[in-house]
Amino acid sequence: MSTLPWIEKYRPKTVDDISYQDEIVAVLKKIISNDTGEFPNFLFYGPPGTGKTSTILAAARELFGPELMKSRVLELNSSDERGINVIREKVKTFAQFTPSGHRSDGKSCPPFKIVILDEADSMTSSAQAALRRTMEKESKTTRFCLICNYISRIIEPITSRCSKFRFKPLSKDILIQRLSFIAEKENIACDRDTLVTLVNCSEGDLRKAITYLQCASRLKLESGCIKSSDVLEIAGILKDDVIEKILDTCSTGSFEKVEQCVQNLIFDGFSCNQIVTQLHDVLIERHDLNDAKKAIIFEKIACVDNDLIEGADEYLQLLDLLVLIMKQMK
Amino acid sequence: MSLWCDKHRPKTLNTLDYHKEQADQLKKLVHSEDFPHLLVYGPNGAGKKTRIMCSLKELYGPGVEKLRIERQQFETPSKKTIEMTTLASNYHIEINASDAGIYDRIVIQEMIKTIAQTNQLDAQTQKSFKVIVLTEVDKLTKDAQHALRRTMEKYMNSCRLILCCNSTSRVIPAVRSRCLSLRVPAPTADQIAMILKQTCKTEGLNLPQELANKIALKSNRNLRRALLMCETAYVAHYPFTNDQEISEPDWELFLRETARQIVQQQSVDRIVQIRDRLYELLCHCIPADIIFKGLLKELLTICDGQLKPQIVEIAADMEHKMNLGDKQIFYLEAFVVKFMSIYKKHLEFSLAGCI
Repeated sequence: MSTLPWIEKYRPKTVDDISYQDEIVAVLKKIISNDTGEFPNFLFYGPPGTGKTSTILAAARELFGPELMKSRVLELNSSDERGINVIREKVKTFAQFTPSGHRSDGKSCPPFKIVILDEADSMTSSAQAALRRTMEKESKTTRFCLICNYISRIIEPITSRCSKFRFKPLSKDILIQRLSFIAEKENIACDRDTLVTLVNCSEGDLRKAITYLQCASRLKLESGCIKSSDVLEIAGILKDDVIEKILDTCSTGSFEKVEQCVQNLIFDGFSCNQIVTQLHDVLIERHDLNDAKKAIIFEKIACVDNDLIEGADEYLQLLDLLVLIMKQMK
Repeated sequence: MSLWCDKHRPKTLNTLDYHKEQADQLKKLVHSEDFPHLLVYGPNGAGKKTRIMCSLKELYGPGVEKLRIERQQFETPSKKTIEMTTLASNYHIEINASDAGIYDRIVIQEMIKTIAQTNQLDAQTQKSFKVIVLTEVDKLTKDAQHALRRTMEKYMNSCRLILCCNSTSRVIPAVRSRCLSLRVPAPTADQIAMILKQTCKTEGLNLPQELANKIALKSNRNLRRALLMCETAYVAHYPFTNDQEISEPDWELFLRETARQIVQQQSVDRIVQIRDRLYELLCHCIPADIIFKGLLKELLTICDGQLKPQIVEIAADMEHKMNLGDKQIFYLEAFVVKFMSIYKKHLEFSLAGCI
């Protein structure tokens, strides 16, 4: 279907397609090839867009084939209710049925089912605690695969019951390779420069990079070729001269000008997080500030970032940061 | 009779007054095969909603303007029922999930999933997907935003989400990376003045350029506010004159007076009086963060240059703590008291210097 987003369209279909995560691919391949059912409980963790969900879905598809997939795999993510009751009832009943070791077409298949708990770090700790015994008791018939971004939010008893795999952020070469593959398939002209920009904007997150690529191609349908400036625009990244202007305003030392500058930035709708991140990148390479001053500024940047995440007002935080920078630049 | 800002709201992408390039992009997006999830962000009164409605009209035709209000009830796990009001046409539904407060996750899980799971009946004659417009996404709890993640991917075939918010800082990266972000900057003062003149022309009124500029400047680059101000000015006094008074909202004047009183005298009695005034503002549903910003702005214009960085820091700190805390009045008051102490110390210090 043409309306499918590319992230779904180009999701890896088999374990072989998964790029870069060599360890887990090797393990999974072994399991699939010798068919003994030695499938441990898995815990995948790593930053977003590195292929955690894709890996387990692809593995399940290879193990069970597309038909059995529906009855053998239970996927629960944070869009489902996942309190302690659901773990007790839904997961337990699903786990209790013993599946046969044969497919409908006569081929053998592993005699167990898989429960995928996606985004497991948003499960409450009581729900996680309810999982503990279930995981062990039903190990004859059911395997669990937990997926999360932060392993520190998974309780210790659970981590000790699983074999853990860390998904590394994808390397730049792999990202570029995959993006140019998609671009070729979709008939989009884009030069290497654009791809590099895409990769830089996406911070190792392949999903983000693909989404940006698709958006860019839709918006720039007529002009034919995607330029790196288009990518920057879509990613919401400020142009370098805007950042320069902010710092110039700070170096004038005039409070009124800084206030005006902040006001304008907010009116222009720029994301405050983005401004802070980019200021950080620029400031670290400035030679007119000594290390002590930089340290003070960066400490403030860290505080401001934290406050913003906790929901503080953008205008006040940005003003606070810029006034501090202004003081340090004097 | 409807207000000017509703009456003269552009209905199609072609008639938008500014950000024309973006309008073209939206049009291309609508006509391309795969319409993505959108995240529209920008300050108040910049025209986010207008752009969303125009895009919807471009997608589905005039049917989207036939709106009806629906009420739905949900039950939380603790057996509390909450009622959500939604605005819907045959093709789209608009939800403000943050209305449900801390139960917004349930609304996302139940409501959006049910809508997302049902397919459009007749896929031949219309688009194969429905649109869910979610407003104030930045006010959603983290849980609710997490609940959006898989829903957005899984039901891509039958529905698209348009998220609308003021700032992307509070939207989790996982949601952001699934959407096409569209920034809607506020119109500049010149653009506002131009639109004001145009609107008055269609109303058959004559608005002098100078007055238009004056309103545009006072509107804080907020078009809705500018139009309301202009309409008030018209009701108050017509024909327009250049030196005509433009009435500002009461609470802004009230806030200015409060700031003046704070600077005037620093004493316990005055703090009690200020508390009454702050309560008065809060009782009239002025959000505390706006009081903070307004108060800071007024105080900064009055106080001495070298105090400013310190005061800004306190305001930022207090506002942040207020968001984590519960009782807003504490933090507003703490800010006022801290300001008073700094200001008084400064005054005494400079007085001592004189002698």
